[in-house]
Amino acid sequence: MSDQPLTPKERMAIGRTTMPEQDPAKRATNFEEVNFGLSYEAAVQEAKRCLVCKSRSCVEGCPVAVRIPEFLEALASGDVAGAAEILRVDNALPATTGRVCPQEVQCEKVCVRGKKGDPVAIGWLERFVADWAAENMANPVAPDKQTGRTVAVVGSGPAGLTAAGELARMGHSVTVFEALHDSGGVLRYGIPEFRLPKKIVDAEVACLESLGVKLEFNVIVGRTITVTQITEEFDACFIANGAGLPMFLNVPGEQLKGVYSSNEYLTRVNLMGAYKPESTTPIARGDNVVVFGGGNTAMDSVRTAKRLGAKRAIIAYRRSREEMPARIEEVHHAEEEGIEFMLLMSPLEINGGEDGWVKSIRLQKMELGEPDASGRRRPVPIEGSEFELEAQVAVVAIGTRANPILSSACPDLKLNKWGNIEIDDNQMTSIPGVFAGGDIVRGGATVILAMGDGKHAANAIDRYLQSK
Amino acid sequence: MYEVVSNVIIAPSIHRMEVRAPRIAAARQAGQFVIVRCSEGGERIPLTIADADPEAGTITLMIQAIGAGTAKLAAIQPPDGIRDVAGPLGMPTEIENVGKVVCVGGGVGTAVLFPLAKALADAGNHVTTIIGGRSEQFVILRDELAEFCDEVIVTTEDGSLGTKGFVTIPLGEIIADPEKRPEAIYAIGPVPMMAAVAEQTRPSGIHTIVSLNPIMVDGTGMCGGCRVTVDGQVKFACVDGPEFDGHLVDFRELATRQQAYCDDQHCRMTDAMENQE
Ligand SMILES: Cc1cc2nc3c(=O)[nH]c(=O)nc-3n(C[C@H](O)[C@H](O)[C@H](O)COP(=O)(O)OP(=O)(O)OC[C@H]3O[C@@H](n4cnc5c(N)ncnc54)[C@H](O)[C@@H]3O)c2cc1C
Ligand code: FES
Repeated sequence: MSDQPLTPKERMAIGRTTMPEQDPAKRATNFEEVNFGLSYEAAVQEAKRCLVCKSRSCVEGCPVAVRIPEFLEALASGDVAGAAEILRVDNALPATTGRVCPQEVQCEKVCVRGKKGDPVAIGWLERFVADWAAENMANPVAPDKQTGRTVAVVGSGPAGLTAAGELARMGHSVTVFEALHDSGGVLRYGIPEFRLPKKIVDAEVACLESLGVKLEFNVIVGRTITVTQITEEFDACFIANGAGLPMFLNVPGEQLKGVYSSNEYLTRVNLMGAYKPESTTPIARGDNVVVFGGGNTAMDSVRTAKRLGAKRAIIAYRRSREEMPARIEEVHHAEEEGIEFMLLMSPLEINGGEDGWVKSIRLQKMELGEPDASGRRRPVPIEGSEFELEAQVAVVAIGTRANPILSSACPDLKLNKWGNIEIDDNQMTSIPGVFAGGDIVRGGATVILAMGDGKHAANAIDRYLQSK
Repeated sequence: MYEVVSNVIIAPSIHRMEVRAPRIAAARQAGQFVIVRCSEGGERIPLTIADADPEAGTITLMIQAIGAGTAKLAAIQPPDGIRDVAGPLGMPTEIENVGKVVCVGGGVGTAVLFPLAKALADAGNHVTTIIGGRSEQFVILRDELAEFCDEVIVTTEDGSLGTKGFVTIPLGEIIADPEKRPEAIYAIGPVPMMAAVAEQTRPSGIHTIVSLNPIMVDGTGMCGGCRVTVDGQVKFACVDGPEFDGHLVDFRELATRQQAYCDDQHCRMTDAMENQE
């Protein structure tokens, strides 16, 4: 099945492949996945573009240090199963990260091939291999040798799931406590079906269950059970409850009907299935939907609004395009789907009608001033530039804060001034044997950073258990 | 799956259901609620925990079957179960012995009030409970409340039982009587009733606690759908509440936000609760 290895020159001659995707006009009306995924031939060809260089900068660029050159080499030789073995060991949720990682600022950013031309499409290849494995390979099973140690994981988002998988692989008995009725955290309730189909999350979770991970739903740690109870029952604990609490704009009119946090908007659609005709969960629809923010959450919300039938689905963002934290591919896809971008635009007020529903939004134009603490140029309002934009639905996607439910029931847990959990180099919190990671430590970050924390913490927990 | 242990109809379309949920039964305190989901794809319905038996590992729910979701839930008979029961959610009521208290319940709000009145009585308070309903058959839990309350007063709109009229009539008499004047009032029921009670007690400054029931999704602080304005500040009822100082709540905002999905369940439930008061 494998041909002769190619020379660097031959590898250099291959151009980057393209991702087959749904036609923009069509996909803007459905919730099916935008990207179809690469064919076997295209994937193998793309993998051959990797020069297997000595610098291995892509591995350093990856927060979970996937052995990228190795898996690409296996794939290039047609050995997809071999590639999958490598990927599955290094990354607990490869079908997910292949779809949602910001590769352009991680592995692909530092790829040598990117210096002259296009980097290897590592993300698309990761997705290809992971999807292939899900279809063609048996799920991994629990190791024969069990340690007899028990670990509780709080939250089933990417941080929690990764830690659970790693710990189960090490032979520990893992129970995940999840507040909601389903697994995945943001992967389930936040990121929409058209970007990450929920059957992918199901398959990744099934993989973990086959490793012996137990999931218990409807358990809100801090209310149903406390961290103290967990430390009495389990040998160690990993807290990965995410950064749940949505922030609002604090402008007048934000309590009107038709104003949602992006979390509520997306949860209604994704977790509760409001986009399906048979759903029992309602969602407000309108001809004009305005989404405040410029991150992935804002892109997901505005593209969801379009799919729910909005004629004008608009992003209103305070800063300029360069500062938008969203993945480039998402911004690009949004533009193709006809999303309007109102950049350097800040909301002053949301106005409602007699019926208490949103009618219009008063916006003000901004210009870029001096750099602020984040190093980004601060947007400053332009006097007299205010105007009124008609809208029936407004979605606030400007970030989240730490959820206090767990921590307020656990006074010994040291927090920083924003309510995020403080950890040491080993990700251990102020309570011995209790570790933490993901968004609850970092504030809103990314799937892969949360997974990196989960992996790092699992190793630290393993060392901790061995030393006990 | 959470096993339904018993399901009894106690008033027209009001069911008392015992459900096996050992973790919740052990952790729950008065004032807290659960969110239940009957089956895959079903809606998430918030319900107050009316009572719990930690030893048996069961909790008691009072369900008013009005919308499609609650009707489906109320139809579950033992030994079948409920797909999801999450909780206990919300802050527990601060229970202290303050002396005299009055508990006011309207419609199915009486069920919400029940565990609270019991906890207040257990803490040594002198508890007077006023319960209101549209007519006799809608007055629930009267005998159960009488077991531990010092006095139970009933009002019905049609006069078929107790005083004819609204709960505010006997409440007004109690407040006006210096001998009976309570240190705290707990009002739970439809929004107009809670708003009326809060207005009634405002001049006297009697501490008035209300339990709010905005539309909820997760019940864990994640969505902000349950936000209410209290003292000019935005609060999440599921995390900071559901109980708040009635004199500080923006009831008008709450009432319109509750009507967001008017051909939907929640709205029907609010309407039904209002009809009953
Ligand atoms: C709409 C949206 C789109 C995004 N898109 C991307 C993207 O394309 N790429 C990317 O890299 N990142 C993206 N992100 C960011 C990324 O999703 C998060 O950084 C990541 O999910 C954090 O993982 P986590 O495991 O820390 O927390 P979460 O995913 O938030 O999971 C936490 C879990 O814990 C549960 N929980 C909370 N409190 C408790 C408790 N007290 N007891 C028990 N369980 C509890 C929650 O229900 C949840 O399931 C996006 C975020 C959003 C909201
Ligand atoms: S119900 Fe979602 S935050 Fe309260």
